[in-house]
Amino acid sequence: MSGASTVEHSTLRHRELGLTDPEYERIVDRLGREPNDVELAVFSLMWSEHCGYKHSRRLLGRLPTEGEHVVMGPGENAGAVDVGDGLAVAFKVESHNHPSAVEPFQGAATGVGGILRDVFAIGARPIAVLDSLRFGELDSARSRYLMNGAVAGIGHYGNSIGVATVGGEILFGEPYESNCLVNAMCVGIAPSERLVRSAAAGVGNLVVLLGALTGRDGIGGASVLASAELGEESASKRPSVQIGDPFEEKKLLECCLELLDRGLLASLQDLGAAGLSSSASEMASKGGVGIDLDVACVPRREPGMEAFEVMVSESQERMLCVVEPARLDAVRAVCDEWDVGATAIGAVTDTRRLRVLEEGEPVGDMPVEALIDDCPLYDLAPQRPVSPVYAAPRARLEAGTALGETLLALLRSENIASKRWAYEQYDGLVGSRTVRRSGSADAAVLHLTHDGTSGAIAVSIDGNGRRVACDPYVGAAEAVLECARNLACVGAEPLGLTNCLNFGNPEKDHIAWQLERAVAGLADACRALGVPVVGGNVSLYNEGGGGPIYPTPIVGMVGRVPDPTSVPESAFVEEGHAVALIGPFRPALAGSELDALRGRLVNGLPEVELKAQARALDAARAAVRSGQLATAHDVSDGGLACALGECCVAGGIGARVDLAGLVRRLAEGGAPRTAETALFGEGPGGVVIAGPGEAIARLAADDDGSDRRVILGETGGDTLVIETGSTARLDIEVAAAREAFERGVADHFS
Amino acid sequence: MRFGVVRFPGSCDETDALLACRRFGEAEIVWHRERDLHGLDAVVLPGGFSYGDYLRVGAIARFSPIMRAIVEFARVGGPVLGICNGFQVLCEARLLPGALLPNTGLRFLCRQVDVRVANADTSFTRACGRGERLSLPVKHGAGRFYAPDEVLDAMEANGQIALRYADGHNPNGSARDAAGVTNEAGNVLGLMPHPEHATDPLTGSTDGGRLFASAVEQIAEGTAVAA
Repeated sequence: MSGASTVEHSTLRHRELGLTDPEYERIVDRLGREPNDVELAVFSLMWSEHCGYKHSRRLLGRLPTEGEHVVMGPGENAGAVDVGDGLAVAFKVESHNHPSAVEPFQGAATGVGGILRDVFAIGARPIAVLDSLRFGELDSARSRYLMNGAVAGIGHYGNSIGVATVGGEILFGEPYESNCLVNAMCVGIAPSERLVRSAAAGVGNLVVLLGALTGRDGIGGASVLASAELGEESASKRPSVQIGDPFEEKKLLECCLELLDRGLLASLQDLGAAGLSSSASEMASKGGVGIDLDVACVPRREPGMEAFEVMVSESQERMLCVVEPARLDAVRAVCDEWDVGATAIGAVTDTRRLRVLEEGEPVGDMPVEALIDDCPLYDLAPQRPVSPVYAAPRARLEAGTALGETLLALLRSENIASKRWAYEQYDGLVGSRTVRRSGSADAAVLHLTHDGTSGAIAVSIDGNGRRVACDPYVGAAEAVLECARNLACVGAEPLGLTNCLNFGNPEKDHIAWQLERAVAGLADACRALGVPVVGGNVSLYNEGGGGPIYPTPIVGMVGRVPDPTSVPESAFVEEGHAVALIGPFRPALAGSELDALRGRLVNGLPEVELKAQARALDAARAAVRSGQLATAHDVSDGGLACALGECCVAGGIGARVDLAGLVRRLAEGGAPRTAETALFGEGPGGVVIAGPGEAIARLAADDDGSDRRVILGETGGDTLVIETGSTARLDIEVAAAREAFERGVADHFS
Repeated sequence: MRFGVVRFPGSCDETDALLACRRFGEAEIVWHRERDLHGLDAVVLPGGFSYGDYLRVGAIARFSPIMRAIVEFARVGGPVLGICNGFQVLCEARLLPGALLPNTGLRFLCRQVDVRVANADTSFTRACGRGERLSLPVKHGAGRFYAPDEVLDAMEANGQIALRYADGHNPNGSARDAAGVTNEAGNVLGLMPHPEHATDPLTGSTDGGRLFASAVEQIAEGTAVAA
């Protein structure tokens, strides 16, 4: 059968479903005939960017995935690392960007629901959620609408299901105006032996659908919404957004964990994008088997659904499991107790084909290999852009503003100001594991066991798209470093990493270049720190009317905290404590928040020395683990002055510090505007610490002569005073700093 | 001393309540389909979203099989503590007066607040001092206590507003700053703050432990009538 005639014969329906003509011909070739409607629907989803990773799979192969603590790596529903004492921690981050841009409340809610299912699908109990959100600037009504809806949706789902939302980050920028980002990360815990894989096994075993009824919601979500740019007509896609029901998922979660505890399941898989099509074919592919499904057996929410609709429905709160026939009654009994639906809808076969039946009659028959392994993979054509991709941000601060006013403007700016308005809408306490809540430390800290015998873990999620836009390689590497630094501030060493790559349309050369450089930066930073990537997600085609989003790789990490009782806070906690800086910290104004406030977006960031950064992280971690520190806070957006200001605000205590040494070194290095650079310049490596004078002096004395540990000053009083060695001096009241920091975001919603 | 913590479908804080109770006595989970309390000394209705809080917060859970036994247990003086959603269920079950409405801010709120002990002579506050301040977290979207003025007057006269939000700490617009209220006899307490999340120094304050210690003290003295 020749390709050209094939396309002629078809109705071109494949194009509406997002498949190219050559892709359609490839399907015809693999099937040996033209696909029917059911098969075409299944292929179009399995070969979509969202399910098939056809533009990113080759790149992702560059990320390091092996490490001594890895229990499950990429390819399973979630990754998992060994945290000792027979316990494993599972985690993964995933995007729900396009659904959230179309309908923020349900989009964000089902984003949380989906990532929770990924974690309990491998047998882990979800204990924490973190979110990384991006919106346009808050003076836009649309951005406020999206943020309001997304935050409420995250809270609605996480609060109702009883999983603590313990951290996250929210940043703003004009390129996210029409295409917001909602990335949700879930962390779960399990006895290592309870972890379960998704590979279907045992020819003759039953395939059982658990949970909610199947309706028409979310049909085509993965292909229609997630694998194309957003346009004017996106609002008409609102019916493609799924509706979440956290109560249903709460029952499903408890029921699945009980089924696994009792050893009743051979394998388990969640239903996410592409619904039954994707879950069944992935289970069959991993097990090297086939699966027969009878769509007539699937309990429906509405009458008159076509076979293809049942196969691709993205109705939420459903799981697929494989059960030995002799155990079906026991499975049903547990499900009855939890009021969870359980219906045998098919069986495992030895055909290696996904066969779709309707009342026993075949309506679709596809080789599993064709669906999963034959998905076309495309090489990117990266090309460094010759002209700027992004307009410079709108200037909001005049050059020449006094230093104190500048600091207040930064603390008030929406990227730096407190996100309390958002995180107070999340239950961060349920589960009784939360040792450090949002806003009290750089990373969330969670007990592993309630008797306190197994230590704790720290979790954080980070990324800064604007800096990645300035320099994709350096910006992506910095995301890894910042996440690791946040962990170091609570004494944790990273065990594994998950990432979500949020980019524009990869078929454009300059977006491909961003993607390629960012993955290189991630890979190099992970290797330098010895942190394996255990899973993640890719979200491409994030482009609204105004062009692509900033390239936004988001990094989530889990680390082990040996002693949660001595974890410092990100606040100054006592007057008279010595304040010091652990480096090497080489700030620059290029790409900084201050640069952005002044309406500048540079091309290129200073190089990062990854080996020195790895050593700096070791030093910070060792200092925290000494148990002597009251305060540890990393230097990030807004530079050292903002870090110090945040410590003052959080503790309600002032400080007097002297940065003359740093200014001198910057001058020796030939930096311009040295006082400003020392105060507000950004770059990786810096951690502000504070504690009793002798302890800090001892730590500083360990310095090997480089600029790694410098005593800056002392806490106390009602003002933050920063000397820079010249006439330039910063002096603000803590109360004014607090007002700016607390109101910067909140005032937009009052 | 045996506490029972009821688990409804959609309960979220039952494990937290169980852990808190176990710091002060024995404790076990009671599945909502049970019909008998099997000689428990005190009952806790935990936080969460029982039955998804569909229809109205707490409105479905009150019809759960176990509730009939709990109403009887309360009637004969057994100590019953309703936390957050448990408080909402107790109001729906008419074991407590009033109702809980959406917060005035119309948003879910999770934050640490101070409450004052206004009546130290109830089953769950007798280990506290009158006027004592407790630091406890709240986390709810529908915690605004409401009752008609004449009911509130009667409750105040009778000491039934046992816990009040400290000045400036009322997070939800509750009438008369009521954070926790009791029945007339003082053996049933419902409160929006979460004492079970305030029993471990590592995760916050330990002030919430006073409520559980109060029940233990009462049972030890044998002043409560066992079911």
